[in-house]
Amino acid sequence: MSAAGDGSGRIVEIRGLSKSFGELEVLSGIDVTVEAGEVVCVIGPSGSGKSTLLRCVNMLEVPTAGSVHVSGVELTHRDVDIDAARRMIGMVFQQFNLFGHLSVMDNVTIAQRRVLRRSKSEAERVARENLAKVGVAEKASSYPPQLSGGQQQRVAIARALSMNPEVMLFDEPTSALDPELVGDVLGAMRQLAEEGMTMLVVTHEMQFAREVADRVLFMDEGVLVEQGPPSQVIADPHHERTRTFLARVLNPTHSGE
Amino acid sequence: MVGMNDPATVTEPRGTGLPGSARFSPRRRRQISQAVQYTLFVAVALTLVLVADWERVQRGFFDGTSAASMFPELITVAMKNTVIFTITGYVFGFALGLVVALMRLSSAVPNRIVALVFIEVFRGLPALLVFILIGFGLPIAFPGFSLPFGIYGTVALALGLVAAAYLAETFRAGIQAVPRGQMEAARSLGMSYSRAMVTIVVPQAIRIVIPPLTNELILLFKDSSLVFALGLTAATTELTKLGRDVSIEFATSTPLLLAGATYLVITVPLGYAVRRLEARQAKERR
Repeated sequence: MSAAGDGSGRIVEIRGLSKSFGELEVLSGIDVTVEAGEVVCVIGPSGSGKSTLLRCVNMLEVPTAGSVHVSGVELTHRDVDIDAARRMIGMVFQQFNLFGHLSVMDNVTIAQRRVLRRSKSEAERVARENLAKVGVAEKASSYPPQLSGGQQQRVAIARALSMNPEVMLFDEPTSALDPELVGDVLGAMRQLAEEGMTMLVVTHEMQFAREVADRVLFMDEGVLVEQGPPSQVIADPHHERTRTFLARVLNPTHSGE
Repeated sequence: MVGMNDPATVTEPRGTGLPGSARFSPRRRRQISQAVQYTLFVAVALTLVLVADWERVQRGFFDGTSAASMFPELITVAMKNTVIFTITGYVFGFALGLVVALMRLSSAVPNRIVALVFIEVFRGLPALLVFILIGFGLPIAFPGFSLPFGIYGTVALALGLVAAAYLAETFRAGIQAVPRGQMEAARSLGMSYSRAMVTIVVPQAIRIVIPPLTNELILLFKDSSLVFALGLTAATTELTKLGRDVSIEFATSTPLLLAGATYLVITVPLGYAVRRLEARQAKERR
């Protein structure tokens, strides 16, 4: 396996990434790097390709062109052990995707045991630690349908964390939640960021992006329009498209004119 | 007819539904309609009871001597063998059906073709023909080869093949009903496709298809009677065969009726148990 970006503190390195679904090009020529410990938020209108970009990072979508490296491993290489590579990458989904037939504890331990070959007691210790960290320790024996959306999403975060990933990907983690439950999930993510986790977050929560992100990327129609610290991209965007988008998001009652 | 009885559809001007009026009120009309239905039902039942020749019915279907002669073989041999034939066939069909379903959903084209051909062939062939092909065809094609456990092995294989074709389609539907996000979440945790399938997707798929899985088991209980085509001894006889044999011996249909009732003794509690299981699962997980 090639080892581009090794040792430089670069966790994610995306080069010239393009993705088409048939005739439709949803990503064209994206270059993004994420440094160790950095929190990067991706914003943009729906259909801009930001979720697809995230899903290309762990190969849930296979890019049409370009390369993706995570911790020096080229995931787009055709001989890569994709299962081994994905262990370095935690992913949190919009719809939580907890395993409905398993208890919370089993949800968090099953991959530790089957993939990392941890013992039952070791896996449960790690699970308890992470469930406590995101504030759902007392739900260990519940089943996912018995939990609120906010609790399910925090279990999903604990499940991903228990694999000790190098980077965490969040795909609109609060978009499916009732408004009063969003805060708990964002709180858990903020704590994770403060502990130095490397994070790539697709979100519509501008407040979170402004306060937590080290860098914000604005995407529109499959291209990376601009990027920079939140104070620049959100507070003082250079591009007209970014300004139009932010005007709509930040003042939804105005027409954006 | 139903619509006419619906009070909501009646918006007649006031007065027409009052007593003394030529028309009946909706409530009255409903009562009349029900009375007519019950009268008809009772009339048909009475006619059948009166017209039937009860002496012959008793001799044909409720003959004590022939019924008594079936015990204890009815339970100790026939029912036992029917259950063994069905359960072994179902277990084999369950495993094979799952494999065929996974092949059917595979990304490899040859797998999909093999699975499709298997399903079409064994779903389309009469079960009786499959029994004959396995029972008499295999020994001809492979001289010297014999399935283990004699007739039991043959029946398990034949019934299993028939069941597998149906079960494969049932499993496929169940697997496709599990949300795609389950597979994606499992893969993102580093599980391989097959591990994710086995530990995450298939267990949830099976829960979804428990009702059709039960149906198939009950169908198989009945299909197990086709084993008569292979020739059965006194030790390997099953319910339908025993019923027929004793029927001929005593020249009455009573043994057949008794054998039929024994199928119900198995399948009715089975259906009840599965309904209970479903209800408990639904409650546990809400």
